[in-house]
Amino acid sequence: MVNLEPTTPDTAQGLQGNIPQGLNPVLQRYWEVLDQVPDPEIPAISVVDLGIVTRMTVDEDGGVRVVLTPTFAGCPALRWMEKTVQEALLEAGAPSVDVQTTFENPWTSERISEVGREKIRNFGLAPPPRRRPGCAGPDLEALAQAACPRCGSQNTSMKSPFGPTLCRSLHYCFDCLEAFEQFKPL
Amino acid sequence: MMPTSLPTHPLARYLLHLADDQLVMGHRNSEWTGLGPILEEDIAFSSIAQDQVGHSLAFYEILHQRYGLDNPDQTAFNRPENQMLSSWLVEQPIGDYAFSLVRHWCYDQAVALRYESLSQIQDPALHALATKLRGEVKYHTFHAHTWMKSLLHGSEESRLRMLSALKEVWPLALGLFESWPGETDLMEEVGTTGQGWYPGEQKLQMQWQARALESMASWGVDVEASGLQRMEPVLGGRQGYHSEYLAPLLEEMTAVFRLDPQAEW
Repeated sequence: MVNLEPTTPDTAQGLQGNIPQGLNPVLQRYWEVLDQVPDPEIPAISVVDLGIVTRMTVDEDGGVRVVLTPTFAGCPALRWMEKTVQEALLEAGAPSVDVQTTFENPWTSERISEVGREKIRNFGLAPPPRRRPGCAGPDLEALAQAACPRCGSQNTSMKSPFGPTLCRSLHYCFDCLEAFEQFKPL
Repeated sequence: MMPTSLPTHPLARYLLHLADDQLVMGHRNSEWTGLGPILEEDIAFSSIAQDQVGHSLAFYEILHQRYGLDNPDQTAFNRPENQMLSSWLVEQPIGDYAFSLVRHWCYDQAVALRYESLSQIQDPALHALATKLRGEVKYHTFHAHTWMKSLLHGSEESRLRMLSALKEVWPLALGLFESWPGETDLMEEVGTTGQGWYPGEQKLQMQWQARALESMASWGVDVEASGLQRMEPVLGGRQGYHSEYLAPLLEEMTAVFRLDPQAEW
């Protein structure tokens, strides 16, 4: 029996998020604020769980500096995310917010947290396959073997490495007889 | 008139080649949006175009921050034709789908090679950027490979059309490896600092050609009979000389920008 109903992500089951450990209370709160800022293309997942927030610091005068990195260099949502991150922190009481985007800690799909992967699955997308040890860069062989996010079947085929957004590929499940998308490994 | 305000630093000029090629290629590929032969291909070319314009932006940003070039919008959209360093390959019209596919394959193989080489640079920011972009280009080469293989192995018609496109694209693709002012300086610079990441255009071309011919032979192309190895490159782009196709493309690509060059977007 194919389950077409998305289930609620069970984040209480000890899945790891992306908020760093051992933060001071101020930074902890700011990270929690950003953990509520949705990714514009997959709103089920936050910018923190997506792994695009690479650094956050607070100056002596309370000013916040945030460093973001894009998933794909041509991501059109980047300016929107910079703006939303800035607004969220200002609303949370930060006196000033400086958001910068760099490639210093470049994004890879390994930066998506466990919580994020679960949310992606529940959104109806296959999460990116985990990178095999010793494999540098995206593993395109793994891309072709996505598990169907609806029924879990491995009996699938990739239709195109390019989908409706830069970070998604198109697949087909031979068991559900339905098309699905995967968050691409990078 | 010769270009006057191009960057004099060899690495900056090299990055400007990369950026200009990606910008112009991205614009050309975006012309398939809405016209692709099947929906998936329409999406693929549109996505590749989006990647390429994104890559050009990343390089223009570095050129702006480090080498004093104007901001990325101005650098991309406000330079005369003779200061554009893109190759003739990328500025050619999209032609039929065979031409665009073969160009995509030849071009992205070359980009992959350049990113592979640039990712060996010791400079941390450029190393990180090249490594990142290299991962994205894997999807381009994968896509191009899949179609080259299917269509060269396909019907008589698809095979003939691909072979004819190859002969048209090949001399232009060789022009990607045109030597440029500052090339020997960059080679010496990276040689003496022990990084050695830039082998020069001639070596890059040899590597590219070896890979390309190997793939084609594996798809049943008679490389010897094809005459590809005896073709001469089409040159000029790296010196700021262009075919008749760049000026109208720049006109179109910058039309909105020129309405108000100082506008905040």
